[in-house]
Amino acid sequence: MKTKLTINGKLISVQFSPTDRLLDVLRNYGFTEVKEGCRDGECGACVVLLNEKLVNSCQVLAASAMDADVTTVKGLDAGSAGPIQEAFVDAGAVQCGFCTPGMVLATYALLQENPDPDTGRIRQALDGNLCRCTGYVKIIEAVQLAAERTKRHE
Amino acid sequence: MNKNFNTVGKSVRKIDSLSLAKGNAKFTDDFPLKDALHISILYSPHAHAEILSIDTTDALAIPGVVRIFHHENVPAVLHTTAGQGFPEPSAYDSRMFDSKMRFVGDRVAAVAAETKEAAEAAINAIRVEYRELEPLFDPEKAMEPGAPRLHGDDAKMPIPVKYDSSRNLAAEVEIKFGDLEKGFQEADFVLEDTFYTQYAAHCAIEPHTSAAYLDERDRLVIITATQVPFHARRIVSRVLDIPIRDIRVIKPRIGGGFGGKQEVFLEQLVGLTTWSTGRSCKIVLTRPEVFVSSRTRHPMRVTLKTGVKADGEITALEMDALMNNGAYGSHALTVLSNGGSKVLPLFNKIENIRFIGHTVYTNLPVGGAYRGYGATQTYFALNQHLDMIARKTKQDLVSFIKKWHIKEGETSPVFQALGEGKEGVAQIIKSCKLDECLDKGATAIGWYEKRNKRLKNGPDKVRGVGLSVSMQGSGIPKIDMGAASMKMNEDGSFNLYIGATDLGTGSDTILAQIAAETLDVPVENIIVLSSDTDLTPFDVGAYASSTTYISGAAVKKCAAKIREQVLGVAAKILNTDAGGLTVRESLVTDTKTGKSVSYSDICTYAMYSNDQFQIQASASNIAAESPPPFIAQFAEVEVDTRTGKIRVLKFVSAVDCGQPINPALAEGQVEGAVVNGLSYALTEDYLFDSKGRMTNPRFWDFKIFTAKDLPEMETILVDSYEETGPYGAKSVGEIAINGPIPAIANAVFDATGVRLYETPFTPERVWKRLRKEKYPGS
Repeated sequence: MKTKLTINGKLISVQFSPTDRLLDVLRNYGFTEVKEGCRDGECGACVVLLNEKLVNSCQVLAASAMDADVTTVKGLDAGSAGPIQEAFVDAGAVQCGFCTPGMVLATYALLQENPDPDTGRIRQALDGNLCRCTGYVKIIEAVQLAAERTKRHE
Repeated sequence: MNKNFNTVGKSVRKIDSLSLAKGNAKFTDDFPLKDALHISILYSPHAHAEILSIDTTDALAIPGVVRIFHHENVPAVLHTTAGQGFPEPSAYDSRMFDSKMRFVGDRVAAVAAETKEAAEAAINAIRVEYRELEPLFDPEKAMEPGAPRLHGDDAKMPIPVKYDSSRNLAAEVEIKFGDLEKGFQEADFVLEDTFYTQYAAHCAIEPHTSAAYLDERDRLVIITATQVPFHARRIVSRVLDIPIRDIRVIKPRIGGGFGGKQEVFLEQLVGLTTWSTGRSCKIVLTRPEVFVSSRTRHPMRVTLKTGVKADGEITALEMDALMNNGAYGSHALTVLSNGGSKVLPLFNKIENIRFIGHTVYTNLPVGGAYRGYGATQTYFALNQHLDMIARKTKQDLVSFIKKWHIKEGETSPVFQALGEGKEGVAQIIKSCKLDECLDKGATAIGWYEKRNKRLKNGPDKVRGVGLSVSMQGSGIPKIDMGAASMKMNEDGSFNLYIGATDLGTGSDTILAQIAAETLDVPVENIIVLSSDTDLTPFDVGAYASSTTYISGAAVKKCAAKIREQVLGVAAKILNTDAGGLTVRESLVTDTKTGKSVSYSDICTYAMYSNDQFQIQASASNIAAESPPPFIAQFAEVEVDTRTGKIRVLKFVSAVDCGQPINPALAEGQVEGAVVNGLSYALTEDYLFDSKGRMTNPRFWDFKIFTAKDLPEMETILVDSYEETGPYGAKSVGEIAINGPIPAIANAVFDATGVRLYETPFTPERVWKRLRKEKYPGS
């Protein structure tokens, strides 16, 4: 099958088989920042923004994403994503880093919706993103730090 | 002790973290390999069976299928998949493909095909005829006469230790000191209890992944998610009969290990595929494959008997451990040994001790290395008994532990008696700040305000606090070796080459900090390249909490040699002798004249001016001892006595890891291990059906913690300095996983007066215990 997708702002023609997930298409076309951790929609390593909504790309059939607008961690606007990534680095929230692109996207989606989330809301927002290295403590701190820095910036 | 550091002790940015956060850093599956073959594996549906025939005719006819490997066409080289030093202290009982299947998930065949679809279709088209054999699931019955036997007479231990495949005995360990009988006679009371821990998965979010290709000179290059690149090269060479000179193993970024990637079982498969077809190839395990067919934490039954005097003195201790290794004997001896060697020295005043352990085979998934490595299992038992003894003798548990634990200047005979496959190494403890850990942790949890209070939070909810103490090691003394080499560049930067393997732990960063400290340069001036068997010197790899202590000391030695050369050139330039020179921020100054020369000018001079040479050095390090880090961990829980649900409200860890090289990374190790341990204590489990099939091989069904499950967490790094470690450091990678199970169990007792003996502490299990003990309202 064939379709055109807008990935990180660029229109790309892609070919795929009917059983392929959006995750497969993205990785096959070199967007390896989208990670595969479980293929069950449980770990969040493969999240992307699909038409501005956070989704597990392993749970989206490629065929259903025809003509869609897809944003990976590399396609986020630098003004919003930069402070999040820097905050993850400064808070010591990156260990193996396999979950981090997904965590950054989940944080981005959260802060778009709620620029000043409390800890409870942060935990809820990250509930779909598994991390086995950090114990989440520094990830939650990173989200708080990113929120603070973004606010200060505005 | 000079603790006036420039870089050590600072939470500098992890050097690879920004590239990871941006999604630029590459993991094994992110390398573009042109026309790589996909590999899929066919697994045994039976727990115990013989393959009578295997027919690949239809499968090979599927377009795109290139090769099918199975026991009839692959050399049967007995080996262990345990990525340990040589000779490995694990049984040679595995073949790449075997005619006998020993668990549901054992490997029948592998298909290499042009596409994933073709490989999967071929897997379904292979016809296998099995003869089912009686399975063995109960480790308690494994050594009974007439029990089904898993391995033949050809299975062997490569080192001279007890091993008997005819009795399904994968390992046996026994040590004894003093007179046990006399010790129990002297006791005023004797406690004897049995504790059970379950199977668990590492759950690194990156699944096991390996890829291979031939380089332009036809050498085999393996890119792989491994903790042990050099052991992987050695094992692949032996199993495939390819000279070591023709193999290069590269570990790129790796998405977590925790011991699971200390196992070499995919590298030989991609090696075989590429070596025999000339094609590049790749395998990425699916999540269910990782759960079932990779490695697990060994379940253990621990029976602990302690004889105690009325004042709390333990007069005798007998620990009997039975470990289930599943179908193959990975780490069977060493995990079992660690259950004693990393645990018993902590209470070194017990004169009469016996540790007896057996590891047995069963037709279940295979055990392997897992953070904590046996100590986690046996600390459950020990810490329960400490709590029981303190209560029975009416002492505060904190003061009781303070009185009896090992102190600076003391030793334990266990250090020497119990090593890794051979005798251990005697050592005297030089740093132990466990008392401070206990005090700070007790304050943080509110120990004295909450202990024995059974505070209620509603009619069915009662609260309690519990404590666990533990120690670990820092590498395997006189066995583990790490090496480093360095060279200088003319801008005053340095390349650092290390075999050490960063799994996400941050070892690349802390090793750079150690080099930067020694040379007095910013961390940015150290360019790290690690874990490439062609480019970096040898290192055993990332396991046994060894990297900071052992590889770190190699880096420090190497950097000191470089510094000497730098000063030598500076002396020449400044026309003085090196003795009068000082270094400050990449500038060498003659204290007499006040004249200075920069690192940049020094290297440029060495490269271009006179008697030219490359400023470079290398160094190796083995450790004479393994100084233990210490930890006190406190849990506050709330038990719903109507449902049995345990909620951990707060968890405090106070750790003595020596001088932390990078405090944020050290805290991260503790926090990660704690949450892994909490999840192991409360929810994680392998569920099997009657045929030995795992029924829940998914994150959510196995149930690992998410951010929502987190209690309030506090991590305290106490002030400490280990004189034998690089800049005072000890290890911190494993220790913190030991505490959650016993601290929670002790807290549940504090809340309810009911003891828990079996993990995980699911609501159902806790509720049953409350009912059995007739807890009101349960």
